[in-house]
Amino acid sequence: MGVETKILEEVVIKFAGDSGDGMQLTGGQFTNTSALFGNDLGTFPDFPAEIRAPQGTLAGVSGYQLNFGSKEIFTPGDLCDVLIAMNSAALKVNLSNLKSDGIIIANISGFDVKNLKLAGYDKSPIDDGSLEGFNLIKMDVTKLTRDAIEDIPLGVKEKDRCKNMFVLGFLYWMFDRPMENTINFIQSKFSNNEDVREANLRVLKAGYHYGDTTETFTTRFHVEKAKMEPGTYRNIMGNQAVAIGLVAASQRSGLPLFLGSYPITPASDILHELAKYKNFGVRTFQAEDEIAAICSCIGASFGGSLAITTTSGPGMALKAEAMGLAVMLEIPLIICNIQRGGPSTGLPTKTEQSDLMQAIYGRNGECPMPVIAAKSPADCFDAVFEACKISVQHMTPVIFLSDGYIANGAEPWKFPLTSQLDEIKAEFAKPLENNEKFLPYQRDEKLSRPWAVPGTKGLEHRIGGLEKENITGNISYEAQNHEFMVKLREEKVNRISDYIPLQELDNGPEKGELLVVGWGGTYGAIKAAVKELLTEGYKVSHIHLRHLKPFPKNLGEILNNFEKVMIPEINNGQLVKIIRDKFMIPAIPYNKIQGIPIQKTELIVKIKELLQ
Amino acid sequence: MADILIPDALELKLSPKDFQTDQDVRWCPGCGDYSILKQVHTILPQLGLKKENIVFISGIGCSSRFPYYTNTFGMHSIHGRATAVASGLKATRPELSVWIVTGDGDAMSIGGNHFIHLLRRNFDVNILLFNNQIYGLTKGQYSPTSEENKITKSTPYGSVDHPFNPIALALGADATFVARSIDRDPAHLQQMLLRTWKHKGASFLEIYQNCNIYNDGAFEIFTEKATKKENDLFLVHGQPLVFGNLEDKGIRLDGFTPQVVSLTNGYSKDDLMIHDENDINKSMILSRLYEMKSEEYIFPKPFGVFFIRDRSTYEEVMNEQINTSVGKLGKGDLDKLLIGKENWIVE
Ligand SMILES: Cc1ncc(C[n+]2csc(CCOP(=O)(O)OP(=O)(O)O)c2C)c(N)n1
Ligand code: SF4
Repeated sequence: MGVETKILEEVVIKFAGDSGDGMQLTGGQFTNTSALFGNDLGTFPDFPAEIRAPQGTLAGVSGYQLNFGSKEIFTPGDLCDVLIAMNSAALKVNLSNLKSDGIIIANISGFDVKNLKLAGYDKSPIDDGSLEGFNLIKMDVTKLTRDAIEDIPLGVKEKDRCKNMFVLGFLYWMFDRPMENTINFIQSKFSNNEDVREANLRVLKAGYHYGDTTETFTTRFHVEKAKMEPGTYRNIMGNQAVAIGLVAASQRSGLPLFLGSYPITPASDILHELAKYKNFGVRTFQAEDEIAAICSCIGASFGGSLAITTTSGPGMALKAEAMGLAVMLEIPLIICNIQRGGPSTGLPTKTEQSDLMQAIYGRNGECPMPVIAAKSPADCFDAVFEACKISVQHMTPVIFLSDGYIANGAEPWKFPLTSQLDEIKAEFAKPLENNEKFLPYQRDEKLSRPWAVPGTKGLEHRIGGLEKENITGNISYEAQNHEFMVKLREEKVNRISDYIPLQELDNGPEKGELLVVGWGGTYGAIKAAVKELLTEGYKVSHIHLRHLKPFPKNLGEILNNFEKVMIPEINNGQLVKIIRDKFMIPAIPYNKIQGIPIQKTELIVKIKELLQ
Repeated sequence: MADILIPDALELKLSPKDFQTDQDVRWCPGCGDYSILKQVHTILPQLGLKKENIVFISGIGCSSRFPYYTNTFGMHSIHGRATAVASGLKATRPELSVWIVTGDGDAMSIGGNHFIHLLRRNFDVNILLFNNQIYGLTKGQYSPTSEENKITKSTPYGSVDHPFNPIALALGADATFVARSIDRDPAHLQQMLLRTWKHKGASFLEIYQNCNIYNDGAFEIFTEKATKKENDLFLVHGQPLVFGNLEDKGIRLDGFTPQVVSLTNGYSKDDLMIHDENDINKSMILSRLYEMKSEEYIFPKPFGVFFIRDRSTYEEVMNEQINTSVGKLGKGDLDKLLIGKENWIVE
């Protein structure tokens, strides 16, 4: 029986198994291999909130979705073409997301009586015919793995831990991928444990040859390289891009980087990543709580460092008072909120865009702060770099928003080199001689005040959270002064719009019937939906906002060029309220609040509805 | 304390006046804060530090107005967080002399968490806790150092809280310098301020401060002529613990239990506990001395340095790590970081 090879443009694979099955690693390896091969791609890991949820349960299912293709890829994909189900629970959780003719690779030993019961199945779905229509491939991965390494002196538990490599090897065969990348990975990861190294290598190869030798599989698939913009690429995850972007901003401003942070999902990886970069002079401080984290940053910024604090929703809530202090002090500070499902502890491992209102309004008093949001994993680099630039050059704290979806997602990144990055101009107030009086709240044309760091002769001055007089910075409770200062601080932030780029249209005609306005991690889905509709002849346009405060100066003009404005968000309607308020237009919300990304297909349906 | 004087101090020719600002001091007349401000202004010129290298950071409270009245760099931050702000400044600018001014509400209540963490980390900063055992700025509620049963605006039937003992708390948090002084004893306060400054590491100085508006007389027995000698125990390293109107009493250790003994009636100085600033166990005993109960006598309140220990400071170790890393890997190369480990080229 011959094996035929089918050429595909785009494939979505979901790796799903128990938390201990190593699905994140398997997915990550397949992703890297595909990236190095030259596919465009998007990924989305989806893990349980519990670190060690009971084995075999629905709550313990960990998934990793990968969309790769020879065409441009904007999202991790909606429905899957292939589902790897390491156990019954993994099948149950993910089946509804599989295409009706999709492939299921089921690990038979994950469908024993115990696993079936834990997943709530009465009968085995892989034997009772209920999966008819799907292309079901049953494999006893556990047994095949054990057989492959029978003679290696490892315990059963350790042997079973290699199961994921069998699946990975099989998928490499099925999708015609080279194994080098993973072989190198295993060799370096287990360089000082020969048995484990040997076992993983052998199981990986066994998986590959299993496809080759058992004649049951009649089809292999091939996905060509993608036609991407020429250049050198690497694969990058959102949080990693934030960390590198911050280091880049430190280098391009000449300011030492200080990170004050308290661990919280999904922001912790930025702390982990930055803690590695000590030879860049990066100081990371794991504070006792989020309040200390941001306050330590205020101290570091007062001392002349580029200070960053990273957190997620609940931590943002704790930082609010100190953000107000930073606004009063008018010093640089970057507050990164990697949003997750709220309120309270909410959905710690799920994504949401529900902290926009908090970012723009969520502090006591009139407390304006620029807000910038990243739209994709790679865009985290540019967006956080820009946040640093604005913060330093305008002497203001800035909020940077990302979310769990782009933080953990990955995509190819055509990275810049140092010489292509803007310089960030950090200017410190110069020493004063001869008892000249230093005026800490004297302003320049941007309305920003001097950054006067301790240790500079003649600049001794006191600042604080109390209302102050402009120019001198002296405490003032004078009625007119307060109103003046409130307006001045607002104007200072608004004036940033003179220094940021005008809003550009992402896609579609400049005028017309419908404009889709997005922000943050919904980018890929909107981009893909609008692109598809345009090729089908629909008249729809897309803009994606990076600057949420202040807005680009031409935003009103753009909005007014369209009959309808639709705003998709993973929240209960936040940007839509701000846009309605500011531009007095009847913007139409589209909201999904399920802790999961908006899908291209649902957007297409909604957009078509609005175009009727 | 002549040994603390730095030769530069003479060259810099600074005087207390140089540390005053043009702002009106707004504490209530008679407030103990005035004396503390004066003693700080007195010792600052003796440190041999340039004004621009000194930073005062405070939280919120009457006491926390302090930076506005001191002509150095200063920040009046938010309630309870001066310790955290100072940690970030000291981590990044280890060469600065950083002082924290805080109150008992500021440091022990809302800022309690940052207070203990700063101590265990041992940043080289000086913490001046103005303890008036009351909330001054918010007009007279009891504080975490107020005594049990205290009647205040918020506790008309008496407070049911048990108070913190700041010295014991600091020792428990592994502070490397712990001392106590009082607003009404300028000479002792100056001496303690100088020692606080001199210690490399987190230095904690509790200063009893009279709030004559909401808690007047809280420390009277330690300051009034008639009672102070019977109630104050001044700690001197290497010396026996003697107190009393006629220096006729002492503290003796019976095992781990301290007792007050009379030096005119059977005991001599040789029998007394000798103060050892480096002995954590003895310091712990002293921190609780005043709370000890006895039918026969009352225990005095110790003033002075309870404990000192040398331990690496946080900023030292943090910067060492950076230097080691630069030594090993070379100065970070941004292009290398951007390029990463695995790339592919699209043509
Ligand atoms: C977040 C916050 N909560 C409450 C207050 C109100 N507040 C200001 S000072 C203070 C207590 C001050 O007491 P203490 O620290 O002992 O200083 P004192 O005024 O006695 O010097 C309180 C509760 C505040 N400023 N900020
Ligand atoms: S209220 Fe008390 S502590 Fe505050 S200034 Fe007046 S006397 Fe001093």
